[in-house]
Amino acid sequence: MISPQREQFWAEMVLKLAAFFSLFILGFILFYITWKGVSSISLSFLLENPSDMGRSGGIFAPIVSTFMLAFLSILISTPMGVGTSIFLTEYTNESRITRIIRFGADCLSGIPSIIFGLFGFVLFVIKLNLGWCILSGALTMSFMILPTIIRTSEEAIKSVPFDLREASYSLGASKWQTITKVVLPEAIPGIVTGVILGIGRCIGETAVVIFTAGAALNTPTSIFDSARTMAVHFYIIAREGISTQKAYATAFVLVVLVLSINFCTYFLMHKYISKKK
Amino acid sequence: MKKLENTIKFFLMMIALSSLSALFLITFFIFMEGLPILFKQGVFAFITGLKWAPTKGSFGIFPMIVGSFQVMFGAIVFSVPLALLCAIYLAEFSSPLARNIIKPSIELLAGIPSVVYGFIGIQVIVPIIRIAFDCSGFSVLGCSIVLGIMVLPTITSISFDSIMAVPVTYRQGSIALGATKWQTVKMVVLPAARTGIIAAIILGMGRAIGETMAVIMIAGNSLIIPVSPLDPVRTLTSNIALEMGYASGEHRQALFATGVILFVIIMGLNSLANYVASAMSRSK
Repeated sequence: MISPQREQFWAEMVLKLAAFFSLFILGFILFYITWKGVSSISLSFLLENPSDMGRSGGIFAPIVSTFMLAFLSILISTPMGVGTSIFLTEYTNESRITRIIRFGADCLSGIPSIIFGLFGFVLFVIKLNLGWCILSGALTMSFMILPTIIRTSEEAIKSVPFDLREASYSLGASKWQTITKVVLPEAIPGIVTGVILGIGRCIGETAVVIFTAGAALNTPTSIFDSARTMAVHFYIIAREGISTQKAYATAFVLVVLVLSINFCTYFLMHKYISKKK
Repeated sequence: MKKLENTIKFFLMMIALSSLSALFLITFFIFMEGLPILFKQGVFAFITGLKWAPTKGSFGIFPMIVGSFQVMFGAIVFSVPLALLCAIYLAEFSSPLARNIIKPSIELLAGIPSVVYGFIGIQVIVPIIRIAFDCSGFSVLGCSIVLGIMVLPTITSISFDSIMAVPVTYRQGSIALGATKWQTVKMVVLPAARTGIIAAIILGMGRAIGETMAVIMIAGNSLIIPVSPLDPVRTLTSNIALEMGYASGEHRQALFATGVILFVIIMGLNSLANYVASAMSRSK
């Protein structure tokens, strides 16, 4: 029979160990990718197009495609997401319709990306006859990031103090004026956080993009071109064993990009929260 | 003025409803493409069929269902103990500084693209398994480890939230009775946070069974029912992603039907998590 004090000591040790083991996993992934990938990174890798299926050359076209796709997805889903969250928070009380919409958003966020990919493929690529292109990809992606944007905007709008709205009404402002001039400016940092998170998901996504935007290696010139994003390019060269070295380099760029996005949102959120206090 | 306000309200309601329609559109199109073959073959025959030979017209996805569940439970076995220990540490024992470093770091794991996990799986985990157990390395075990890491942030942060939601008076009462901190956690806090933790695990299961790209890269994808953790496996998700590129006609419909089954499993898991979580908030 061990004494409670002893048990407490060992339990704390094990808990600490577990926490540091998770830190170690993250550290290992970052270190490994950096160690293997950073030596192949150069300006020409970032600014040249891939040649010979990705065996040599750089990743300029995939970078351009990634940003075009992410930007277009955000352009579609931000107005929808923010509009929905304004409606949910400012125009309805906790009614049945609010609950249904929120339930819908929750379900949407649980659907795996492969299902979004299948859906985008049938609706946009086949039925609407858009073909594999950035527009099809962005439309599908915007559905996928919609729940994230709805939830973060909703939280941001809810956290705007009620006094501010009352002050605005007492000055004779209408509801819409209050929302656009008082509520939204206060909620902007929170909304931006959601948007940046959405961009991060667009950059890392593979299954959706491969089904809806295709995998063409050319630099896209319009949203109706097929395109290969960095994640898809990485998947293809890594899985088909085209070039392990280029794969590591691409993974490095991808991870750096996604992590800097996550850091941005973290600091933005932190600043926002401390300002509120 | 009043009229303008009403127009705006109507307009916003339309936007909100169109967000909702996203879910209906997805459900509708997946089922529309998948159901014909399901009815033609019979749902039961499709689910329990052992043979998947799409070019010869036989569609049975039983091996993949088994594979998906094996990989999912494997992932849970690896991630739940670690995630729970982390959540308990962060919520009850860590200094604010350690919490501010460790919590965002674990959440950072969720941001790493799944293809990168797959690649690390091929480069690091598969070779280790190959050497340690003298097999190909592309296996249920490899998938489970990688998926376990991928669902770690989900389970940790939801468990953390539910532990933090336990009222501080519970802890004070237990400490006042002379219990140590660990006894308090074990006998008071964890039982109180139980439903939230269960919801977190179920959501983690949903994540694991829906993951595609990492699994394709590590699973080996052969069409057998895995009997040992070292056997290669093909999951529902990887079946869709692997064959979609060249499928047409009935074959493509069968892949959509696979999607229907996956969709139903995931919706079931998510509603279960939702139900458990709402049962918790009702009991409070």
